Amino acid sequence: MITKRIIPCLDVRNGRVVKGTNFQGLRDVSSPVELGRFYSDCGADELVFYDITASAEGRKLFTEVLTEVARTIFIPLTVGGGINTLDDFDRVLKCGADKVSVNSGAIKDPMLISDAAKRYGSQCVVLSADVKRVGEGYRVFAKGGREDTGLDAIEWVRRGVDLGAGEVVLNSIDTDGVKNGFDLQMLKDVCGSLNVPVIASGGAGCVEDFVELFKALPFVDAGLAASIFHYGEVSISDLKKLLNSESIPAREV
Amino acid sequence: MISIVDYGVGNLFSLKSSFDAIGEEAIVTGDPEVIRSSDKIVLPGVGAFRDAIAKLSSSGLGDVVISEAKSGKPLLGICLGMQLLLDKSYEFGEYEGLGLVPGVVRPLEGYIPEGLKIPQMGWNALQLKGSCPVFADTKNGEHVYFVHSYWCDCPEKYVSAVCEYGAEVTAAVMNGNVYGCQFHPEKSGPVGLRILKAFCKEL
Repeated sequence: MITKRIIPCLDVRNGRVVKGTNFQGLRDVSSPVELGRFYSDCGADELVFYDITASAEGRKLFTEVLTEVARTIFIPLTVGGGINTLDDFDRVLKCGADKVSVNSGAIKDPMLISDAAKRYGSQCVVLSADVKRVGEGYRVFAKGGREDTGLDAIEWVRRGVDLGAGEVVLNSIDTDGVKNGFDLQMLKDVCGSLNVPVIASGGAGCVEDFVELFKALPFVDAGLAASIFHYGEVSISDLKKLLNSESIPAREV
Repeated sequence: MISIVDYGVGNLFSLKSSFDAIGEEAIVTGDPEVIRSSDKIVLPGVGAFRDAIAKLSSSGLGDVVISEAKSGKPLLGICLGMQLLLDKSYEFGEYEGLGLVPGVVRPLEGYIPEGLKIPQMGWNALQLKGSCPVFADTKNGEHVYFVHSYWCDCPEKYVSAVCEYGAEVTAAVMNGNVYGCQFHPEKSGPVGLRILKAFCKEL
């Protein structure tokens, strides 16, 4: 049986992990290579590296560090942040990324999704959407959740999949950082009828939140989180053990 | 020395890196002479069957791989590279494969129950069949990483591992010195590296 995936997300600025802290036995918690290896050894099913660098120099450092990660860690790597063109796809894929996640870049130019899917295959194109409740509906936000695009989230995500996105990450702005559980209602309303893998993001505060997510929403394939893993509030191996004991298939190492 | 056949599809960085990590010399190459002089061959592949087989035949590398495999050189096809080993594929039409492993490539759609997502993307448990040298250091039930929308429908005697995805899906094949795995060993953590190492040790 295919297992539910647990995915830590690492924010990288100028080639260094932001927010990486609180790990025993790690010499350098801001090294993407060290932290990546730590997570890989703990049983992370995939790693997401999110480049939050603004400068060209920082971007160069990111690609260097990504190459080093890909050389030493043998699980799927997804890269996001600053992906606006096919050249950006090319740049990170050449460094060893397996999947590329698009967000604001696809909102600006939705054809980026179809062009990338045609060139690299749908399995390579991840649509990441930051979504927030506005009035009665769900709205897509751009620029790290700062800008209301006016796009309806249900329509946008469906369009992205039609254009060729092979996977969707839904990040709830409403629950992000609240640590009171994933946004089950939003996930169900926005992603409930998709035929591609869905990754839930935003709101996980403890291991039980993942159990609740996978039990309540069988269509969700993976749970993504950042700070609860980085600060050691949730250990991936404990989480996997709990999932298996609750009859949710998970890969233990 | 292992040659990783470069015929212009996909990124071979991870594959090369994983051989580096297990201390095996591997070269990414599209040079027939280098492939002929290597001890073992890895045939990678991502994307569509028809594009890959077209590139293999126009470059002449398909014939090189066939003749080397027929002369007894160990060959490992990975993901689409495994599908290329079969007789034919029904992906976007009907295309001849390399014919090194009996069987045909069929869509998962219509084979697995409706409601399951396609591609199968993620970690699934291996159920080993018989004794394949590539799995000499792999335990039954260990997880490996899959990404695929088509599957290899082969006679049972050539199937060396399966996984369960609503139905029994071929995870690996073997025909003499020719091996294939549907999953990505280079993305399957320590389990995957052990599989590559076992291939390197074989023969």
